[in-house]
Amino acid sequence: MNNRKLFIVLSLVPALLLVLVFTCYPFFKGIVMAFQEYKLFDLNNVPFVGFDNFKAAFDDPKFMHALTNSAYWVFVSLFFQFVIGFALALLLKKPFRGRGIYQGFVFYSWALSGFLIGMIWKWIFNSQMGPVNDILMRLGIIDERIGFLSDPKWAMVSVIVANVWYGIAFFAIMLLAALQSVPGELYEAADMDGAGTVRQLFSVTLPYIMPTVITTTLLRAIWIFNDPTIIYGMTNGGPAGSTHVLSSFMLDKIIYAGDYGAASAVGVIMIGILLLYTIFYLSVTRSEKVGDF
Amino acid sequence: MKRFTLIGLKGIVLALYFIVMAFPLYWITITSLKPQKDIFSVPLQYWPKTLTLDNYVNIFKISKFHVYFANSLIVAITAAVIVMIIAILGAYVMARFTFRGHRQIMLAFFATQMLPGFISLAPLYLMMSDMQLINNRFSLVLMYTVTLIPFSTIMLRGFFQRIPSSLEEAAMIDGCSRFTALLRIIMPVMLPGIASTFIFAFVQNWNELFLAVMFIDSEPLKTLPVAMNSFILKFDVNWGAMSAGTVLSVIPTVLLFAIAQKFIVSGLTQGAEKG
Repeated sequence: MNNRKLFIVLSLVPALLLVLVFTCYPFFKGIVMAFQEYKLFDLNNVPFVGFDNFKAAFDDPKFMHALTNSAYWVFVSLFFQFVIGFALALLLKKPFRGRGIYQGFVFYSWALSGFLIGMIWKWIFNSQMGPVNDILMRLGIIDERIGFLSDPKWAMVSVIVANVWYGIAFFAIMLLAALQSVPGELYEAADMDGAGTVRQLFSVTLPYIMPTVITTTLLRAIWIFNDPTIIYGMTNGGPAGSTHVLSSFMLDKIIYAGDYGAASAVGVIMIGILLLYTIFYLSVTRSEKVGDF
Repeated sequence: MKRFTLIGLKGIVLALYFIVMAFPLYWITITSLKPQKDIFSVPLQYWPKTLTLDNYVNIFKISKFHVYFANSLIVAITAAVIVMIIAILGAYVMARFTFRGHRQIMLAFFATQMLPGFISLAPLYLMMSDMQLINNRFSLVLMYTVTLIPFSTIMLRGFFQRIPSSLEEAAMIDGCSRFTALLRIIMPVMLPGIASTFIFAFVQNWNELFLAVMFIDSEPLKTLPVAMNSFILKFDVNWGAMSAGTVLSVIPTVLLFAIAQKFIVSGLTQGAEKG
Protein backbone atom coordinates (compact mmCIF):
# COMPACT_ATOMS: atom_id res chain seq x y z
CA MET A 1 0.00 0.00 0.00
CA ASN A 2 2.82 2.37 0.87
CA ASN A 3 4.54 1.37 -2.33
CA ARG A 4 1.46 2.36 -4.26
CA LYS A 5 1.35 5.78 -2.61
CA LEU A 6 5.01 6.40 -3.34
CA PHE A 7 4.53 5.46 -6.98
CA ILE A 8 1.59 7.85 -7.35
CA VAL A 9 3.42 10.72 -5.68
CA LEU A 10 6.68 10.25 -7.55
CA SER A 11 4.91 10.01 -10.90
CA LEU A 12 2.87 13.13 -10.36
CA VAL A 13 5.42 15.39 -8.69
CA PRO A 14 7.25 16.59 -11.83
CA ALA A 15 4.02 17.47 -13.63
CA LEU A 16 2.38 19.14 -10.65
CA LEU A 17 5.46 21.02 -9.51
CA LEU A 18 6.19 22.47 -12.95
CA VAL A 19 2.58 23.46 -13.56
CA LEU A 20 2.33 25.00 -10.10
CA VAL A 21 5.51 27.09 -10.43
CA PHE A 22 5.38 28.06 -14.10
CA THR A 23 1.64 28.08 -14.86
CA CYS A 24 -0.28 28.76 -11.67
CA TYR A 25 2.13 31.19 -10.02
CA PRO A 26 2.57 33.53 -13.03
CA PHE A 27 -1.15 33.34 -13.69
CA PHE A 28 -2.02 34.57 -10.20
CA LYS A 29 0.81 37.08 -10.33
CA GLY A 30 -0.76 38.35 -13.56
CA ILE A 31 -4.09 38.78 -11.81
CA VAL A 32 -2.40 40.75 -9.01
CA MET A 33 -0.62 42.92 -11.61
CA ALA A 34 -4.02 44.05 -12.86
CA PHE A 35 -4.33 46.06 -9.64
CA GLN A 36 -0.83 47.56 -9.88
CA GLU A 37 0.79 50.23 -11.96
CA TYR A 38 3.27 47.88 -13.58
CA LYS A 39 5.34 49.18 -16.48
CA LEU A 40 8.34 47.61 -18.17
CA PHE A 41 10.42 50.79 -17.96
CA ASP A 42 9.80 51.28 -14.24
CA LEU A 43 9.90 47.82 -12.70
CA ASN A 44 11.07 49.01 -9.28
CA ASN A 45 8.04 51.16 -8.75
CA VAL A 46 4.89 49.07 -8.91
CA PRO A 47 2.33 50.58 -6.52
CA PHE A 48 -1.14 49.14 -6.03
CA VAL A 49 -3.67 51.39 -7.72
CA GLY A 50 -6.95 49.62 -7.01
CA PHE A 51 -9.24 49.50 -10.03
CA ASP A 52 -7.44 52.26 -11.98
CA ASN A 53 -6.34 49.91 -14.77
CA PHE A 54 -9.90 48.70 -15.20
CA LYS A 55 -11.28 52.24 -15.25
CA ALA A 56 -8.65 53.21 -17.81
CA ALA A 57 -9.60 50.23 -19.97
CA PHE A 58 -13.31 51.06 -19.99
CA ASP A 59 -12.52 54.71 -20.70
CA ASP A 60 -10.39 53.72 -23.70
CA PRO A 61 -12.43 53.68 -26.93
CA LYS A 62 -9.88 51.22 -28.40
CA PHE A 63 -10.66 48.75 -25.63
CA MET A 64 -14.40 49.13 -26.14
CA HIS A 65 -13.88 48.59 -29.86
CA ALA A 66 -11.83 45.46 -29.15
CA LEU A 67 -14.61 44.25 -26.86
CA THR A 68 -17.29 44.47 -29.56
CA ASN A 69 -14.84 43.07 -32.13
CA SER A 70 -14.27 40.06 -29.86
CA ALA A 71 -17.98 39.29 -30.02
CA TYR A 72 -17.96 39.37 -33.83
CA TRP A 73 -14.66 37.49 -33.97
CA VAL A 74 -15.97 34.68 -31.78
CA PHE A 75 -19.57 34.28 -32.91
CA VAL A 76 -19.24 34.91 -36.66
CA SER A 77 -16.15 32.67 -36.85
CA LEU A 78 -17.80 30.01 -34.72
CA PHE A 79 -21.03 30.05 -36.72
CA PHE A 80 -19.35 29.47 -40.07
CA GLN A 81 -16.77 27.03 -38.70
CA PHE A 82 -19.56 24.96 -37.18
CA VAL A 83 -21.98 25.03 -40.10
CA ILE A 84 -19.35 24.25 -42.73
CA GLY A 85 -17.60 21.73 -40.48
CA PHE A 86 -20.88 19.94 -39.79
CA ALA A 87 -21.79 19.85 -43.48
CA LEU A 88 -18.37 18.43 -44.25
CA ALA A 89 -18.70 15.79 -41.53
CA LEU A 90 -22.07 14.72 -42.98
CA LEU A 91 -20.55 14.42 -46.44
CA LEU A 92 -17.62 12.39 -45.13
CA LYS A 93 -19.71 10.05 -43.00
CA LYS A 94 -20.25 7.35 -45.62
CA PRO A 95 -16.98 5.72 -46.73
CA PHE A 96 -15.90 6.31 -50.31
CA ARG A 97 -12.72 5.59 -52.21
CA GLY A 98 -9.95 7.99 -51.19
CA ARG A 99 -11.81 9.27 -48.13
CA GLY A 100 -8.81 8.73 -45.85
CA ILE A 101 -6.50 10.71 -48.09
CA TYR A 102 -9.09 13.43 -48.58
CA GLN A 103 -9.55 13.79 -44.81
CA GLY A 104 -5.83 13.86 -44.20
CA PHE A 105 -5.43 16.61 -46.71
CA VAL A 106 -8.29 18.94 -45.89
CA PHE A 107 -7.50 18.87 -42.18
CA TYR A 108 -3.90 20.01 -42.60
CA SER A 109 -4.67 23.60 -41.54
CA TRP A 110 -4.40 22.30 -37.99
CA ALA A 111 -0.67 21.78 -38.36
CA LEU A 112 -0.04 25.41 -39.31
CA SER A 113 0.70 28.18 -36.86
CA GLY A 114 -1.87 30.94 -36.61
CA PHE A 115 0.90 33.40 -37.32
CA LEU A 116 1.79 31.82 -40.68
CA ILE A 117 -1.89 31.42 -41.55
CA GLY A 118 -2.21 35.15 -40.92
CA MET A 119 0.77 35.86 -43.17
CA ILE A 120 -0.50 33.64 -45.97
CA TRP A 121 -3.95 35.23 -45.91
CA LYS A 122 -2.41 38.69 -45.73
CA TRP A 123 -0.78 37.90 -49.07
CA ILE A 124 -4.00 36.43 -50.50
CA PHE A 125 -5.98 39.54 -49.50
CA ASN A 126 -3.24 41.90 -50.72
CA SER A 127 -4.93 44.81 -52.48
CA GLN A 128 -2.56 44.91 -55.49
CA MET A 129 -1.26 41.37 -56.00
CA GLY A 130 -3.83 39.36 -54.07
CA PRO A 131 -5.83 36.68 -55.91
CA VAL A 132 -9.06 37.52 -54.04
CA ASN A 133 -9.20 40.96 -55.59
CA ASP A 134 -8.08 39.56 -58.93
CA ILE A 135 -10.74 36.85 -59.02
CA LEU A 136 -13.54 39.19 -57.90
CA MET A 137 -12.52 41.68 -60.63
CA ARG A 138 -12.39 39.01 -63.32
CA LEU A 139 -15.82 37.74 -62.33
CA GLY A 140 -17.10 41.29 -62.58
CA ILE A 141 -18.27 41.30 -58.97
CA ILE A 142 -16.22 44.40 -58.15
CA ASP A 143 -14.96 47.22 -60.37
CA GLU A 144 -12.26 48.56 -58.11
CA ARG A 145 -9.74 46.74 -55.95
CA ILE A 146 -10.73 46.49 -52.31
CA GLY A 147 -8.18 47.24 -49.62
CA PHE A 148 -9.24 44.22 -47.62
CA LEU A 149 -6.65 44.79 -44.92
CA SER A 150 -6.23 48.55 -45.19
CA ASP A 151 -9.91 49.47 -45.17
CA PRO A 152 -11.34 49.21 -41.63
CA LYS A 153 -14.71 48.25 -43.14
CA TRP A 154 -13.23 45.08 -44.63
CA ALA A 155 -10.34 44.23 -42.33
CA MET A 156 -12.45 42.48 -39.68
CA VAL A 157 -14.27 40.45 -42.35
CA SER A 158 -10.91 39.39 -43.78
CA VAL A 159 -9.42 38.13 -40.52
CA ILE A 160 -12.64 36.26 -39.80
CA VAL A 161 -12.45 34.56 -43.21
CA ALA A 162 -8.94 33.35 -42.38
CA ASN A 163 -10.10 32.15 -38.98
CA VAL A 164 -13.05 30.25 -40.46
CA TRP A 165 -10.74 28.61 -42.97
CA TYR A 166 -8.49 27.49 -40.14
CA GLY A 167 -11.18 26.24 -37.74
CA ILE A 168 -13.50 24.22 -40.01
CA ALA A 169 -11.21 21.21 -39.61
CA PHE A 170 -11.73 21.06 -35.84
CA PHE A 171 -15.50 20.75 -36.16
CA ALA A 172 -15.31 18.41 -39.12
CA ILE A 173 -13.03 16.03 -37.20
CA MET A 174 -14.97 16.12 -33.94
CA LEU A 175 -18.44 15.94 -35.50
CA LEU A 176 -17.41 13.20 -37.91
CA ALA A 177 -16.28 11.07 -34.97
CA ALA A 178 -19.57 11.76 -33.20
CA LEU A 179 -21.61 10.94 -36.32
CA GLN A 180 -19.84 7.64 -36.68
CA SER A 181 -20.82 6.72 -33.13
CA VAL A 182 -24.56 7.04 -33.84
CA PRO A 183 -25.95 3.46 -33.81
CA GLY A 184 -27.22 2.37 -37.24
CA GLU A 185 -30.37 0.85 -35.69
CA LEU A 186 -31.62 4.34 -34.92
CA TYR A 187 -31.69 5.17 -38.63
CA GLU A 188 -33.28 1.83 -39.49
CA ALA A 189 -36.04 2.54 -37.00
CA ALA A 190 -36.48 6.04 -38.39
CA ASP A 191 -36.64 4.62 -41.92
CA MET A 192 -39.42 2.26 -40.88
CA ASP A 193 -41.30 5.15 -39.36
CA GLY A 194 -41.00 6.84 -42.73
CA ALA A 195 -38.78 9.73 -41.65
CA GLY A 196 -36.97 11.42 -44.54
CA THR A 197 -33.33 12.50 -44.64
CA VAL A 198 -33.94 15.97 -43.23
CA ARG A 199 -36.27 14.66 -40.55
CA GLN A 200 -33.66 12.05 -39.55
CA LEU A 201 -31.01 14.73 -39.28
CA PHE A 202 -33.05 16.75 -36.82
CA SER A 203 -34.78 13.94 -34.91
CA VAL A 204 -32.06 11.28 -34.76
CA THR A 205 -28.62 12.63 -35.59
CA LEU A 206 -28.64 16.00 -33.86
CA PRO A 207 -30.11 14.85 -30.54
CA TYR A 208 -27.65 11.96 -30.41
CA ILE A 209 -24.57 14.07 -31.03
CA MET A 210 -25.79 17.02 -28.93
CA PRO A 211 -23.23 16.51 -26.11
CA THR A 212 -20.40 16.72 -28.67
CA VAL A 213 -21.96 19.79 -30.27
CA ILE A 214 -22.22 21.54 -26.91
CA THR A 215 -18.69 20.65 -25.80
CA THR A 216 -17.01 21.54 -29.09
CA THR A 217 -18.83 24.83 -29.62
CA LEU A 218 -18.03 25.89 -26.05
CA LEU A 219 -14.36 24.91 -26.30
CA ARG A 220 -13.94 26.49 -29.70
CA ALA A 221 -15.62 29.74 -28.60
CA ILE A 222 -13.19 29.98 -25.68
CA TRP A 223 -10.15 29.20 -27.83
CA ILE A 224 -11.11 31.69 -30.53
CA PHE A 225 -11.70 34.29 -27.83
CA ASN A 226 -8.26 33.67 -26.29
CA ASP A 227 -6.13 33.29 -29.40
CA PRO A 228 -4.81 36.43 -31.11
CA THR A 229 -2.24 34.75 -33.39
CA ILE A 230 -4.08 34.91 -36.72
CA ILE A 231 -4.92 38.57 -36.18
CA TYR A 232 -1.38 39.29 -35.06
CA GLY A 233 0.06 37.71 -38.22
CA MET A 234 -2.47 39.24 -40.58
CA THR A 235 -3.10 42.82 -39.45
CA ASN A 236 -1.47 43.16 -36.04
CA GLY A 237 -4.71 44.84 -34.98
CA GLY A 238 -4.56 47.40 -37.75
CA PRO A 239 -5.50 49.46 -39.60
CA ALA A 240 -5.70 51.96 -36.72
CA GLY A 241 -6.73 49.33 -34.18
CA SER A 242 -9.82 48.37 -36.17
CA THR A 243 -9.16 44.60 -35.99
CA HIS A 244 -8.05 44.37 -32.38
CA VAL A 245 -9.94 41.86 -30.28
CA LEU A 246 -9.41 41.64 -26.53
CA SER A 247 -6.64 39.04 -26.77
CA SER A 248 -4.65 40.91 -29.41
CA PHE A 249 -5.25 44.19 -27.57
CA MET A 250 -3.79 42.64 -24.42
CA LEU A 251 -0.83 41.23 -26.33
CA ASP A 252 -0.20 44.65 -27.86
CA LYS A 253 -0.09 46.18 -24.36
CA ILE A 254 2.53 43.62 -23.30
CA ILE A 255 4.78 43.40 -26.35
CA TYR A 256 4.67 46.96 -27.68
CA ALA A 257 3.55 49.20 -24.81
CA GLY A 258 5.23 47.25 -21.99
CA ASP A 259 2.26 48.20 -19.81
CA TYR A 260 1.82 45.00 -17.82
CA GLY A 261 -0.76 46.43 -15.43
CA ALA A 262 -3.07 47.54 -18.23
CA ALA A 263 -2.59 44.23 -20.08
CA SER A 264 -3.39 42.21 -16.95
CA ALA A 265 -6.55 44.23 -16.35
CA VAL A 266 -7.70 43.28 -19.85
CA GLY A 267 -6.80 39.66 -19.03
CA VAL A 268 -8.86 39.71 -15.84
CA ILE A 269 -11.82 41.18 -17.73
CA MET A 270 -11.42 38.36 -20.26
CA ILE A 271 -11.50 35.76 -17.48
CA GLY A 272 -14.68 37.36 -16.15
CA ILE A 273 -16.30 37.25 -19.58
CA LEU A 274 -15.27 33.61 -20.06
CA LEU A 275 -16.70 32.56 -16.70
CA LEU A 276 -19.99 34.36 -17.30
CA TYR A 277 -20.24 32.99 -20.82
CA THR A 278 -19.49 29.42 -19.73
CA ILE A 279 -22.06 29.51 -16.93
CA PHE A 280 -24.64 31.09 -19.22
CA TYR A 281 -23.95 28.64 -22.04
CA LEU A 282 -24.10 25.57 -19.85
CA SER A 283 -27.29 26.65 -18.14
CA VAL A 284 -28.98 27.48 -21.45
CA THR A 285 -27.96 24.18 -23.00
CA ARG A 286 -28.80 22.45 -19.70
CA SER A 287 -25.85 20.17 -20.05
CA GLU A 288 -24.44 18.44 -17.02
CA LYS A 289 -22.25 16.18 -19.09
CA VAL A 290 -19.81 18.84 -20.21
CA GLY A 291 -16.50 19.11 -18.44
CA ASP A 292 -16.93 15.74 -16.79
CA PHE A 293 -13.32 14.66 -16.89
CA MET B 1 -31.62 9.30 -61.13
CA LYS B 2 -32.16 11.45 -58.03
CA ARG B 3 -29.58 9.40 -56.18
CA PHE B 4 -27.11 9.95 -58.99
CA THR B 5 -27.39 13.74 -58.88
CA LEU B 6 -27.01 13.69 -55.10
CA ILE B 7 -23.70 11.85 -55.39
CA GLY B 8 -22.60 14.30 -58.09
CA LEU B 9 -23.54 17.22 -55.86
CA LYS B 10 -21.58 15.74 -52.98
CA GLY B 11 -18.55 15.33 -55.22
CA ILE B 12 -18.78 18.95 -56.37
CA VAL B 13 -19.05 20.27 -52.81
CA LEU B 14 -16.12 18.16 -51.63
CA ALA B 15 -14.06 19.26 -54.62
CA LEU B 16 -14.87 22.92 -53.94
CA TYR B 17 -13.86 22.56 -50.32
CA PHE B 18 -10.67 20.86 -51.40
CA ILE B 19 -9.83 23.83 -53.60
CA VAL B 20 -10.57 26.29 -50.82
CA MET B 21 -8.31 24.38 -48.42
CA ALA B 22 -5.54 23.81 -50.94
CA PHE B 23 -5.42 27.25 -52.49
CA PRO B 24 -3.62 29.21 -49.73
CA LEU B 25 -0.82 26.65 -49.53
CA TYR B 26 -0.65 26.44 -53.33
CA TRP B 27 -0.54 30.21 -53.68
CA ILE B 28 2.24 30.74 -51.12
CA THR B 29 4.21 27.87 -52.69
CA ILE B 30 4.04 29.19 -56.26
CA THR B 31 4.80 32.69 -55.00
CA SER B 32 7.96 31.32 -53.43
CA LEU B 33 8.92 29.72 -56.77
CA LYS B 34 8.32 32.79 -58.96
CA PRO B 35 11.05 35.24 -59.94
CA GLN B 36 10.66 38.56 -58.08
CA LYS B 37 9.36 40.39 -61.17
CA ASP B 38 6.64 37.79 -61.78
CA ILE B 39 5.42 38.03 -58.20
CA PHE B 40 4.58 41.68 -58.82
CA SER B 41 3.39 41.44 -62.41
CA VAL B 42 -0.15 41.89 -63.69
CA PRO B 43 -2.06 39.82 -64.70
CA LEU B 44 -1.42 37.42 -61.83
CA GLN B 45 0.09 34.11 -62.85
CA TYR B 46 -1.98 31.33 -61.34
CA TRP B 47 0.23 28.91 -63.18
CA PRO B 48 3.78 30.29 -62.95
CA LYS B 49 5.53 30.87 -66.31
CA THR B 50 9.04 30.49 -64.92
CA LEU B 51 10.07 28.56 -61.86
CA THR B 52 13.12 29.48 -59.82
CA LEU B 53 14.69 28.69 -56.47
CA ASP B 54 16.06 32.26 -56.19
CA ASN B 55 13.84 33.13 -53.23
CA TYR B 56 15.08 30.09 -51.32
CA VAL B 57 18.71 30.94 -52.07
CA ASN B 58 17.98 34.53 -51.14
CA ILE B 59 16.48 33.76 -47.74
CA PHE B 60 19.65 31.92 -46.72
CA LYS B 61 21.66 34.91 -47.94
CA ILE B 62 19.77 37.69 -46.17
CA SER B 63 19.32 35.73 -42.96
CA LYS B 64 20.73 32.83 -40.97
CA PHE B 65 17.76 30.72 -41.91
CA HIS B 66 19.52 27.41 -41.27
CA VAL B 67 20.37 28.59 -37.73
CA TYR B 68 16.74 29.46 -36.98
CA PHE B 69 15.63 26.14 -38.41
CA ALA B 70 18.12 24.27 -36.23
CA ASN B 71 17.11 26.28 -33.15
CA SER B 72 13.47 25.46 -33.73
CA LEU B 73 14.30 21.78 -34.14
CA ILE B 74 16.39 21.66 -30.96
CA VAL B 75 13.85 23.46 -28.80
CA ALA B 76 10.79 21.70 -30.21
CA ILE B 77 12.23 18.20 -29.98
CA THR B 78 13.84 18.60 -26.54
CA ALA B 79 10.70 20.04 -24.98
CA ALA B 80 8.50 17.41 -26.65
CA VAL B 81 10.69 14.57 -25.34
CA ILE B 82 10.71 15.94 -21.78
CA VAL B 83 6.98 16.57 -21.78
CA MET B 84 6.35 13.01 -22.94
CA ILE B 85 8.34 11.53 -20.05
CA ILE B 86 6.56 13.69 -17.50
CA ALA B 87 3.11 13.31 -19.02
CA ILE B 88 3.32 9.54 -19.52
CA LEU B 89 4.01 9.03 -15.82
CA GLY B 90 1.34 11.51 -14.78
CA ALA B 91 -1.24 10.17 -17.23
CA TYR B 92 -0.64 6.57 -16.22
CA VAL B 93 -1.26 7.38 -12.56
CA MET B 94 -4.31 9.49 -13.42
CA ALA B 95 -5.73 6.66 -15.52
CA ARG B 96 -5.12 3.76 -13.16
CA PHE B 97 -5.58 5.16 -9.66
CA THR B 98 -8.12 7.27 -7.87
CA PHE B 99 -6.91 9.24 -4.89
CA ARG B 100 -7.60 12.41 -2.95
CA GLY B 101 -7.20 15.41 -5.26
CA HIS B 102 -7.56 13.31 -8.43
CA ARG B 103 -10.60 15.20 -9.68
CA GLN B 104 -9.10 18.56 -8.71
CA ILE B 105 -5.92 17.87 -10.68
CA MET B 106 -7.91 16.96 -13.79
CA LEU B 107 -10.05 20.07 -13.40
CA ALA B 108 -6.96 22.26 -12.92
CA PHE B 109 -5.29 20.75 -15.98
CA PHE B 110 -8.45 21.30 -17.94
CA ALA B 111 -8.73 24.89 -16.69
CA THR B 112 -5.23 25.71 -17.97
CA GLN B 113 -6.57 25.02 -21.46
CA MET B 114 -9.47 27.42 -21.04
CA LEU B 115 -7.98 30.48 -19.39
CA PRO B 116 -6.32 33.27 -21.37
CA GLY B 117 -2.69 32.19 -21.00
CA PHE B 118 -1.29 35.55 -22.09
CA ILE B 119 -2.07 36.99 -18.69
CA SER B 120 1.01 35.03 -17.55
CA LEU B 121 3.23 36.37 -20.32
CA ALA B 122 4.56 39.43 -18.47
CA PRO B 123 5.08 37.62 -15.12
CA LEU B 124 6.89 34.84 -16.99
CA TYR B 125 9.15 37.36 -18.69
CA LEU B 126 10.02 38.82 -15.28
CA MET B 127 10.62 35.33 -13.83
CA MET B 128 12.89 34.39 -16.71
CA SER B 129 14.89 37.56 -16.44
CA ASP B 130 15.25 37.00 -12.66
CA MET B 131 16.56 33.54 -13.47
CA GLN B 132 18.89 35.04 -16.12
CA LEU B 133 17.21 32.89 -18.76
CA ILE B 134 16.44 35.63 -21.27
CA ASN B 135 18.23 34.86 -24.53
CA ASN B 136 18.75 31.31 -23.41
CA ARG B 137 17.14 28.38 -25.21
CA PHE B 138 16.48 26.70 -21.88
CA SER B 139 13.71 29.21 -21.11
CA LEU B 140 11.83 28.04 -24.19
CA VAL B 141 12.42 24.35 -23.49
CA LEU B 142 11.18 24.87 -19.94
CA MET B 143 8.07 26.84 -20.88
CA TYR B 144 7.11 24.65 -23.83
CA THR B 145 7.36 21.62 -21.57
CA VAL B 146 5.23 23.22 -18.89
CA THR B 147 2.64 24.54 -21.32
CA LEU B 148 2.09 21.11 -22.83
CA ILE B 149 2.00 19.04 -19.63
CA PRO B 150 -1.74 19.45 -18.95
CA PHE B 151 -2.90 18.76 -22.49
CA SER B 152 -0.53 15.83 -23.02
CA THR B 153 -1.53 14.30 -19.71
CA ILE B 154 -5.24 14.57 -20.55
CA MET B 155 -4.66 13.07 -23.99
CA LEU B 156 -2.39 10.23 -22.84
CA ARG B 157 -4.74 9.39 -19.99
CA GLY B 158 -7.40 8.72 -22.60
CA PHE B 159 -5.07 6.28 -24.38
CA PHE B 160 -4.17 4.51 -21.12
CA GLN B 161 -7.85 4.10 -20.26
CA ARG B 162 -8.37 2.14 -23.45
CA ILE B 163 -5.81 -0.46 -22.39
CA PRO B 164 -7.20 -3.01 -19.94
CA SER B 165 -5.37 -2.89 -16.63
CA SER B 166 -5.37 -6.70 -16.55
CA LEU B 167 -2.44 -6.42 -18.95
CA GLU B 168 0.03 -5.02 -16.44
CA GLU B 169 -1.58 -6.85 -13.52
CA ALA B 170 -0.69 -10.12 -15.19
CA ALA B 171 2.90 -8.94 -15.56
CA MET B 172 3.00 -7.85 -11.94
CA ILE B 173 1.80 -11.27 -10.79
CA ASP B 174 4.73 -12.65 -12.77
CA GLY B 175 7.02 -10.56 -10.57
CA CYS B 176 7.42 -7.31 -12.54
CA SER B 177 7.35 -4.04 -10.60
CA ARG B 178 4.68 -1.61 -11.68
CA PHE B 179 7.25 0.59 -13.34
CA THR B 180 8.78 -2.29 -15.31
CA ALA B 181 5.31 -3.41 -16.32
CA LEU B 182 4.56 0.09 -17.54
CA LEU B 183 7.80 0.25 -19.47
CA ARG B 184 7.83 -3.27 -20.94
CA ILE B 185 4.17 -4.19 -21.34
CA ILE B 186 2.07 -1.03 -21.61
CA MET B 187 4.36 1.31 -23.54
CA PRO B 188 4.62 -0.89 -26.64
CA VAL B 189 0.80 -1.16 -26.81
CA MET B 190 0.56 2.61 -26.31
CA LEU B 191 2.99 3.45 -29.08
CA PRO B 192 0.45 4.98 -31.49
CA GLY B 193 -0.95 7.15 -28.72
CA ILE B 194 2.48 8.19 -27.56
CA ALA B 195 3.62 8.95 -31.10
CA SER B 196 0.60 11.11 -31.83
CA THR B 197 0.89 13.03 -28.56
CA PHE B 198 4.57 13.57 -29.25
CA ILE B 199 3.85 14.88 -32.73
CA PHE B 200 1.14 17.14 -31.39
CA ALA B 201 3.58 18.52 -28.80
CA PHE B 202 6.27 18.98 -31.42
CA VAL B 203 3.90 20.88 -33.72
CA GLN B 204 2.81 23.19 -30.90
CA ASN B 205 6.42 23.92 -29.95
CA TRP B 206 7.46 24.42 -33.55
CA ASN B 207 4.69 26.97 -34.07
CA GLU B 208 4.93 28.86 -30.79
CA LEU B 209 5.55 32.56 -31.28
CA PHE B 210 4.84 34.85 -28.35
CA LEU B 211 6.90 33.26 -25.56
CA ALA B 212 9.78 33.06 -28.01
CA VAL B 213 9.37 36.71 -29.00
CA MET B 214 9.43 37.71 -25.33
CA PHE B 215 12.36 35.53 -24.31
CA ILE B 216 14.68 35.59 -27.33
CA ASP B 217 16.01 38.49 -29.36
CA SER B 218 19.58 37.38 -29.93
CA GLU B 219 20.07 36.56 -33.61
CA PRO B 220 21.84 33.15 -33.19
CA LEU B 221 19.16 31.89 -30.77
CA LYS B 222 16.02 32.88 -32.67
CA THR B 223 13.51 30.21 -33.56
CA LEU B 224 11.74 30.22 -36.93
CA PRO B 225 8.58 32.03 -35.81
CA VAL B 226 10.65 34.77 -34.13
CA ALA B 227 12.75 35.13 -37.26
CA MET B 228 9.69 35.27 -39.51
CA ASN B 229 8.21 37.86 -37.18
CA SER B 230 11.22 40.11 -37.55
CA PHE B 231 11.29 39.51 -41.33
CA ILE B 232 7.92 41.20 -41.53
CA LEU B 233 9.30 44.27 -39.84
CA LYS B 234 12.51 44.27 -41.90
CA PHE B 235 11.52 43.06 -45.36
CA ASP B 236 7.85 43.93 -45.45
CA VAL B 237 7.52 43.93 -49.22
CA ASN B 238 9.88 41.06 -49.98
CA TRP B 239 7.10 38.53 -50.48
CA GLY B 240 9.40 36.22 -52.42
CA ALA B 241 11.67 35.61 -49.44
CA MET B 242 8.76 35.67 -47.00
CA SER B 243 6.85 33.01 -48.90
CA ALA B 244 9.96 30.85 -49.20
CA GLY B 245 10.44 31.15 -45.43
CA THR B 246 6.79 30.28 -44.85
CA VAL B 247 6.97 27.20 -47.05
CA LEU B 248 10.14 25.98 -45.31
CA SER B 249 8.54 26.62 -41.91
CA VAL B 250 5.40 24.62 -42.60
CA ILE B 251 6.98 21.63 -44.33
CA PRO B 252 7.98 19.70 -41.16
CA THR B 253 4.67 20.10 -39.37
CA VAL B 254 2.49 19.46 -42.40
CA LEU B 255 4.45 16.30 -43.18
CA LEU B 256 4.23 15.07 -39.59
CA PHE B 257 0.55 15.86 -39.43
CA ALA B 258 -0.08 13.99 -42.66
CA ILE B 259 1.73 10.93 -41.30
CA ALA B 260 0.07 10.91 -37.88
CA GLN B 261 -3.28 12.39 -38.86
CA LYS B 262 -5.23 9.22 -38.13
CA PHE B 263 -3.80 8.75 -34.63
CA ILE B 264 -4.08 12.40 -33.67
CA VAL B 265 -7.68 12.52 -34.79
CA SER B 266 -8.65 9.41 -32.81
CA GLY B 267 -6.80 10.70 -29.77
CA LEU B 268 -8.47 14.08 -29.85
CA THR B 269 -11.95 12.86 -30.60
CA GLN B 270 -12.31 10.23 -27.91
CA GLY B 271 -12.78 12.94 -25.27
CA ALA B 272 -15.66 14.30 -27.28
CA GLU B 273 -17.22 10.87 -27.71
CA LYS B 274 -17.34 10.48 -23.97
CA GLY B 275 -18.94 13.92 -23.83
